[in-house]
Amino acid sequence: MANEQSNSANPNVDLKYRRKKNAEEMKHQVITFTLMIFFTLIAFAAVGIEGFSHWFIKPVILLLAVVQVIFQLYYFMHMKHKGHGTIALFLFSGLAVGLITVLTFVTIVWI
Amino acid sequence: MQADERFTDATWPASPEKATLEGKNKYLGFWLFLGGETVLFASLFATYLALKDKVPNGDAALAKDLFELPLTFVATMLLLTSSLTSVYAMYHMKNNHFKQMQAWLVITVALGFAFLGLEIYEFNHYVHEFHHTFTSSAFGSAFYTLVGFHGAHVAFGLVWIISLMVRNARRGLNLYNAPKFYVASLYWHFIDVVWVFIFTVVYLMGMVG
Repeated sequence: MANEQSNSANPNVDLKYRRKKNAEEMKHQVITFTLMIFFTLIAFAAVGIEGFSHWFIKPVILLLAVVQVIFQLYYFMHMKHKGHGTIALFLFSGLAVGLITVLTFVTIVWI
Repeated sequence: MQADERFTDATWPASPEKATLEGKNKYLGFWLFLGGETVLFASLFATYLALKDKVPNGDAALAKDLFELPLTFVATMLLLTSSLTSVYAMYHMKNNHFKQMQAWLVITVALGFAFLGLEIYEFNHYVHEFHHTFTSSAFGSAFYTLVGFHGAHVAFGLVWIISLMVRNARRGLNLYNAPKFYVASLYWHFIDVVWVFIFTVVYLMGMVG
């Protein structure tokens, strides 16, 4: 676990180890960011390049958005770290209510 | 551990945002708030999807007439990049580098302002070129409520981060303000999460038709 404090008797050894851990984690964050930019480019290209059917484009760009948000939540917002059980409960409860609302409004509401 | 205790690099905890009980509670409470925000934005998305292109007559602008790829692309890149710069800020916070953290936060705030400026330009453009206003159609109301709410979140986030930076400029990092910076960066990421769905659902899917 990158974020746990270790109990080394020598704080300087501990510091070196933690700095390395933090730098490693930062490297993963930059990789995540690169992937997110890549997904965004694909989504914009799918819309910008003419010729694709919208039955193809819509599910693809939605999927790219979901993947990107998972990266954002689990890496940038640290949900991949331990001790995020309650947090996941909060978020997924919100998502469950939210998605049912969206589903309702796009299916059984018509104006 | 005293919250206002002075730390050296070696004594600075690995997770300063969760080293005190107050920090832990703030962190958890903030996520509860984000769960609520998820419901709020989902209901605005639902309203938008139900009212998209619902206009009173044939002259009114529809989504595919309004939105343009380049502007949305630039706005998206600005906000995505600001998410990374705030990650950098928190990286330096964990290493007890106060100055670098402030510097990355300045970049984050600058990108946020650029995004907000683009959004103001965009809304102004829609109102004057297309007569697409908040009251012109159900589509207009739903669009400005959803995207405007997100814009208001960006504005609030900017005020929040700037206040933290100014207020703690001479204090430096301690366990009292580390959770504050951390939670503000979480909020900033959440704004980005919402924007990912806005650019996909509102702009890209709007352009596809």
